[in-house]
Amino acid sequence: MSIHKFIWEVVKKSFAGGIIALTISDRLCSFVPVRGDSMSPTFNPHRNSYLDDYVMVEKFCLKDYKFARGDVVVFSSPTQFGDRYIKRIVGMPGEWMSSSRDVIRIPEGHCWVEGDNKASSLDSRTFGPIPLGLIRGRVTRVVWPPQRLGKI
Amino acid sequence: MGSSSSFWSLAFRQGMRSGAFLGEIYCFLHVTTNYVGFVGYAFGPSMNPTLHPSGNFVLAERISNRSQKPIRGDIVVFRSPENPTKTPMKRVIGIEGDCISFVIDPEKNDKSQTIVVPKGHVWVQGDYTHNSRDSRTFGPIPYSLIQGRVLWRVWPFQDFGPLGPTPT
Repeated sequence: MSIHKFIWEVVKKSFAGGIIALTISDRLCSFVPVRGDSMSPTFNPHRNSYLDDYVMVEKFCLKDYKFARGDVVVFSSPTQFGDRYIKRIVGMPGEWMSSSRDVIRIPEGHCWVEGDNKASSLDSRTFGPIPLGLIRGRVTRVVWPPQRLGKI
Repeated sequence: MGSSSSFWSLAFRQGMRSGAFLGEIYCFLHVTTNYVGFVGYAFGPSMNPTLHPSGNFVLAERISNRSQKPIRGDIVVFRSPENPTKTPMKRVIGIEGDCISFVIDPEKNDKSQTIVVPKGHVWVQGDYTHNSRDSRTFGPIPYSLIQGRVLWRVWPFQDFGPLGPTPT
């Protein structure tokens, strides 16, 4: 009888903990690894290091979708369902940007994202401006490795 | 003195307990509306024969959205590419790879255009094509903008029922 009660308590506690953790990671902030060298001077500066950088992503900006030029954001890929990229916003609505094919004007509610390492980066130069609704958070600081801890 | 301190410690403990309970309720609501389903409000003439222009509350689910891609005929809630704080509801007309021909402006003339929906995108359109801001204005939308699939109409009550895919 008591073992049943104990298991039930553990299940209840872990369920509540999971729900609270999910809410915090959706509403406040979460920590994600950076893969690849498309943002190279800012994240993953050494090509051959085996350790990925971990960054803190804050989610408060998702309330009103206000972003500024220069923000580093996490967004869902517009072409590959389920993928997430980290890039820097370099163009706001109404500006003219040059893509791989031609020069286009960024429409209302969109933004232009590019990686810091222009040589190896899949970004708006390939798939065009992205809607602001795809953005999943703003990267505010590097948290790992500890010697590079700091703001962006 | 002793009785007052015990009163305050009791009140403090009770307050902490009810605060934690409210926080848990908030977290539970957040997880339910973000991972299971939510009640959305649709207003406007763009889905006219299917939804009333005077306003509807509909029940939408998010579960199938995570694992599989939308099917033609589904009514979906998505974040508008023009203004990310708005979430309109439209019907999915074409999925990736489909060839869509549409009349650009049915009020003025019959000029039509044909495009192929690119990879990872869907073509959404309102049922009332004369007054609807949809993919004909802003183009195909990425899958990741879709928030949920509309299942049931909840209010007004006399039209309570499922809103399944209908042939268009």
